[in-house]
Amino acid sequence: MSFVKGLKCRECGQDYPKEPLHVCETCFGPLEVVYDYERIKKALSREKIASRPKSLWRYRELLPIDGEPQAGLYSGFTPLIRAHRLGEALGVKELYLKDDSVNHPTFSYKDRVVSVAISKAIEFGFDTVSCASTGNLANAVAAHAAKAGLTCYVFIPDGLEQGKIIGSAIYGPRTIAIQGNYDDVNRLCSEIADKYGWAFVNVNLRPYYAEGAKTHGFEVAEQLGWKLPKHIVVASAGGTILPKIAKAFKELKHVGLIENDECKIYAAQASGCAPMIQALKKGTDLISPVKPNTIASSIAIGNPADGYYVLQAIKESGGWGESVTDEEILEGIKLLARTEGIFTEPAGGTEVAVTKKLIQQGKIPRDESIVISITGNGYKTLEVVAASVEKPFKISANLKNFDDLYLQLTQPAPGKAMAGEG
Amino acid sequence: MSVRVRMPTPLRKFTNGADEVNAQGQNVRALVEDLERKFPGIKERICDETGKIRRFVNVYVNGDDIRFLQNLETSLKEGDNISIVPAIAGGS
Repeated sequence: MSFVKGLKCRECGQDYPKEPLHVCETCFGPLEVVYDYERIKKALSREKIASRPKSLWRYRELLPIDGEPQAGLYSGFTPLIRAHRLGEALGVKELYLKDDSVNHPTFSYKDRVVSVAISKAIEFGFDTVSCASTGNLANAVAAHAAKAGLTCYVFIPDGLEQGKIIGSAIYGPRTIAIQGNYDDVNRLCSEIADKYGWAFVNVNLRPYYAEGAKTHGFEVAEQLGWKLPKHIVVASAGGTILPKIAKAFKELKHVGLIENDECKIYAAQASGCAPMIQALKKGTDLISPVKPNTIASSIAIGNPADGYYVLQAIKESGGWGESVTDEEILEGIKLLARTEGIFTEPAGGTEVAVTKKLIQQGKIPRDESIVISITGNGYKTLEVVAASVEKPFKISANLKNFDDLYLQLTQPAPGKAMAGEG
Repeated sequence: MSVRVRMPTPLRKFTNGADEVNAQGQNVRALVEDLERKFPGIKERICDETGKIRRFVNVYVNGDDIRFLQNLETSLKEGDNISIVPAIAGGS
């Protein structure tokens, strides 16, 4: 049973039927799924959700499918972790991590949006799925397409990390690496989508695809006992997830699952690609595109199509945003790993480092609940951190050798000891 | 002087279904006026009421976003390839 009424242009309000459409014919504005909330309110309850399997489909009334879910039956419902040690390091009282770095099956938040997009592609009768991606999305599309038996083409910028390239290729799609950055890939894909009639999850299926990102927000609320944190920090690239978390919180209140939908939302970007943070600080809603230059390749999108909605959602929620340097991002990755035992990719390092900066600036108070959304996994981007971690010590299989090494490792260095004594 | 312009699906109803058309103009502003002469009604789809390119429309000259060039004043030369592309969201 479907609770979707149709699609509506976010800019001019024109209505469209439930079809694989993504831009308004009149004003080119993005199309948004419209639900029948009155019926959802009657159909959905906390108890009903609790009785369902622990996947993102437990909120299916608020997702844009007509029939049964066709993909991602084990995706979503990732851990929400109370982060005592990271909280202590950042000097805050109540910190949580929403850990999408262990999302099933491809270890990023993208398994959420792709579960919905592939289900919808099957409903629409497509036999070929595709995407423009900085890596994580391509991994998710390739894996879910393999499971569903669909033909798959993924388009990525050249120069991505090996883990992201092989992490798609293993599922058997055709991978096309485009010379240039993500924005070049995106432009080409919108022309290919026009010409080839495939289901491009983030082009012609975008209105449905993007709805999947709401489940990140639904889960945070449910896992906190059906209430919201006071603050949530999330990375922004193309601008999909942040406005959808805001939408998720509003919907939960609208259908009566939570009482209060107040939560300040903060955007995290890398300084080498921070078009939204620049606009935010300038106080304008006109986003000037930038040419990305950062180690955080998964969020290196210089021309964010939904950037305008990111700024709107931040303002409406009373939140803010910050950007951090590549060095701060690496420190963020290590801090998270060494306090919480979670290995995230540079996007997650950005989220941690931005949270730290916002706390230091006093933008996020130290005594209120904070959630950091960890959106991707560090095992895909090993080369980014390889140079900044300790190399293994090589010794022969001989106890004496280890005894000597252990002494070396545990004794203060001579120079240091002298300085200490002096 | 003539340039090639690639049209996205939502604009092809103005061009009798053609995905590529020829047009003239010294710069992007003049090009949009020429398109309007050839395909009446197309300008208000590309530009907002103040005459600026709409927020969700990207225009590329030989692959470069005109916001990195001189926007509407970006000059054109014989044989340039122009693409009009709806902004699409990312897939990080």
